[in-house]
Amino acid sequence: MLRLDGVTAEYEAGRRALDGVDLDVADHETVCVLGPSGSGKSTLLRVVAGLHTPRTGRVVLSGHDQDGVPPHRREVGLMFQDHQLFPQRDVGGNVAFGLRMRGTGRREARTRVAGLLALVGLPGAERRPVAALSGGEQQRVALARALAPRPRLLMLDEPLGQLDRGLRERLVVELSALFRELRTTVLAVTHDQGEAFVLADRVVVMNEGRIAQTGTPLEVWQRPASEFVARFLGFDNVVAATVQGAVADTPWGKLPVEDGTPPGACRLLVRPAGVRLTAPEDGLRCRVEARTFRGGDAASVTLLLRPADGPRLEASCSLREAPANGAEVGAAFDGRDVIRLGAG
Amino acid sequence: MDVARREVVPERAPAGGAFTTGPGGGAPAAGRPRRTRRGGGAALPLALLALPVAFFGVFFAYPVAAIVARGLRTDAGRWHFGRLADVLAATDTAQVLWFTVWQAAASTALTLALGLPAAYVFARLDFPGRQLLRAVVTVPFVLPTVVVGSAFLALLGRGGLLEEWAGLRLDTSVWAILLAHVFINYSVVVRTVGGLWAQLDPRQEEAARVLGASRLGAWRRVTLPALAPSVGAAALIVFLFTFTSFGVIQVLGGPRYATLEVEIYRQTAALLDLPTAAVLTLVQFAAVGTLLALHARTVSRRRAALSMVDAASVARRPRGRAQWTLLCGVLTVTALLVLVPLAVLTARSFDGPDGWGLANYRALGEVSGSATFTVPPLDAVGNSLAYAAIATLIALAAGGLAAAALTVRTSGGAAGALVRGFDSLLMLPLGTSAVTVGFGFLIALDEPPLDLRSSWMIVPVAQALVGVPFVIRTMLPVLRAVDVRLREAAAVLGASPLRAWREVDLPLVRRALLVAAGFAFAVSLGEFGATVFIARPDAPTLPVAVARFLGRAGEVNYGQAMAMSTLLMLVCAATLLVLERLRPHSQGEF
Repeated sequence: MLRLDGVTAEYEAGRRALDGVDLDVADHETVCVLGPSGSGKSTLLRVVAGLHTPRTGRVVLSGHDQDGVPPHRREVGLMFQDHQLFPQRDVGGNVAFGLRMRGTGRREARTRVAGLLALVGLPGAERRPVAALSGGEQQRVALARALAPRPRLLMLDEPLGQLDRGLRERLVVELSALFRELRTTVLAVTHDQGEAFVLADRVVVMNEGRIAQTGTPLEVWQRPASEFVARFLGFDNVVAATVQGAVADTPWGKLPVEDGTPPGACRLLVRPAGVRLTAPEDGLRCRVEARTFRGGDAASVTLLLRPADGPRLEASCSLREAPANGAEVGAAFDGRDVIRLGAG
Repeated sequence: MDVARREVVPERAPAGGAFTTGPGGGAPAAGRPRRTRRGGGAALPLALLALPVAFFGVFFAYPVAAIVARGLRTDAGRWHFGRLADVLAATDTAQVLWFTVWQAAASTALTLALGLPAAYVFARLDFPGRQLLRAVVTVPFVLPTVVVGSAFLALLGRGGLLEEWAGLRLDTSVWAILLAHVFINYSVVVRTVGGLWAQLDPRQEEAARVLGASRLGAWRRVTLPALAPSVGAAALIVFLFTFTSFGVIQVLGGPRYATLEVEIYRQTAALLDLPTAAVLTLVQFAAVGTLLALHARTVSRRRAALSMVDAASVARRPRGRAQWTLLCGVLTVTALLVLVPLAVLTARSFDGPDGWGLANYRALGEVSGSATFTVPPLDAVGNSLAYAAIATLIALAAGGLAAAALTVRTSGGAAGALVRGFDSLLMLPLGTSAVTVGFGFLIALDEPPLDLRSSWMIVPVAQALVGVPFVIRTMLPVLRAVDVRLREAAAVLGASPLRAWREVDLPLVRRALLVAAGFAFAVSLGEFGATVFIARPDAPTLPVAVARFLGRAGEVNYGQAMAMSTLLMLVCAATLLVLERLRPHSQGEF
């Protein structure tokens, strides 16, 4: 469906936004581009939409090189970060815009607009002025507007960025179901890993204009390719280590590693889930410094442990078992959650 | 796809040159097409500018150059620049220049001081008769300046209203001139600034209030910066207008006060001293050029996207003592400054030879025995409307294209600088002596293929010259404030650039476009300095007819001039009222 081939782009002369990006998106696939702000995610979408001319490289849509094809002939949909609804048109006028541009008949357009508004949960909202919509409603209208012309590729730029948390969590599930139902090819950009992992068939993590890792959400979550990816996903237990056989030498002592981990000096990630709490004398002796409770059905607590030696360590445990602040505990490690990270 | 590519390549090749001059002989990187950035995208603005440039080249630069050349050349065809030094060295010239500058500055300051509160009131407060009053305050702007002068003389001069009431005469002081200038230009501020103000999102100011800013502080830090471009535009227009003020000074200035324009007219028409007039034209040109250059330098290049809302939704009934005080103050000033002079003018028009009545008006429909008119003076109404309508279309076309060109982002380069330079150049007609332009038309456009002297088109073309700067100045701040991402959203949804402009920009700027059209129509209707030279005797315009009446002695002619001026006033008010009604209200009425 979409192929990017060594795409390099600049914000302005000399300030690089994308640096040799190669990316494939298959038909009906939902791909989420994940990265901190300034990593070039939005520029990626703008390049695909034709709003930003890349310096080098190719953008191929359905087998056709898009070099020189203006945005209005690319037949892609783009939902802007702040929606950019046309202020002087009502909801129906906004949704019907793309249909009018394609010369769809009035009656057909009306039916399709009504259908889409029902689909996004705003049935009968055609005549409402967009200025009177709430943030969530604007987001729905923007989505309906982007979907209306049946784009071959739908792109979303921080689709839920400005909404409150509860709404976001509900909408992201709705979106995910909607994309599966419509079998739309989707390329979405977000800085929120939770969003990406719900929506995406595949996740692309970007860092400073380059792709740091691609894979299914589970793959990326389980095996972050680099320290950047690990830290971006919120893992902070990253230390220098030397792997020898089934053991890694770290500031926290000797930790077990997975079978088949290549030997040598490297960075090592210990997932909090792999840190088991024991009696102080049975493991690495630590004091509990802080506890954070994430909420939700997982009901797990993240503990910040201060070992006698070495950097602080995060561990997760269930709410019921969580020790008090200041308690002395021991930490034991599960080799399945100790992962060697690649460079870069 | 191939077609599209072929279209694009020629546009790029000359701009970037990387196809042939890249390192290693320009060989593309292995297997991947090498691209260059588009060369600033200056091709589009330059194409859009073609028509306005041609228009100004043929109908402005050429005639003005022709008349200046006529003045600076001897009969033998040799240049003599000695004239330049002679005229410049004269103390008279310095005095005229000094007076011209300071009265323009004072008039502008006074107009802004009185006009900005009024702009707020008309934009943000809802009160009965708002639309009517907004149309009425624009009337002075289109009255021929000679008529304005007469009205103020009747008001402030000997036996005038002020002397009757307060025993005060102002016609010998400079205050009469300044007040007349405020009278004329009040609506420039009200409309240019108010047009944008009405569309500014009030929540921006509310956000500042919540952040701890006082009411005044919020206005100063949030609203004023957003309004600054339009305030600057209004100030520039007022300054240029008062700088080249002609009719008002003719009537009220007496022997003591003369602007450059008056002096140019005196040298051209009264003393037939073309060389001196040519030098003074150049002086005026240089002064206006300096002013525009200064403006271009100081004008902020920030093009912050403004938060815009539908104008209809922000006007509210006044609340609280401050708003009521402001409303009453503005209404009082408007009444004293605008309504009273207009009322005096109207009253005089009914003051016929046999006492009060319609005698003056009846006389307008007849071909009088005198040589003043060969057609019924009333025909001038039809002529004026037709000319002004055509002039408005020309001005909208040329000005709209130029404004669109100036809105396209250019990333520097010579072409970009050219476009920006043109931004300032387009204002020149406002600061150029209308007398020079009119006379220039006569001596320059007299040969095929441009023999326009006998064509009726010559009048609307000359009038459009003054209208274009208004169109540009009114459109530009609003066009620049349109969020570029809205256009991008339209493009991604399948709108070509032209379609996106029509679908996104046009609805957002329709209001500004109507304001611009109103201005262009109004100034065309009131244009006098150039029209008086080129209008055919059997097809006079309203201001020309008024001037012909005023130019002849006698109560009857004076009364008919006043009647004609009143008609002009009514025509103008009616037109502006129609434009007010045409305002878009696509978002429902609330």
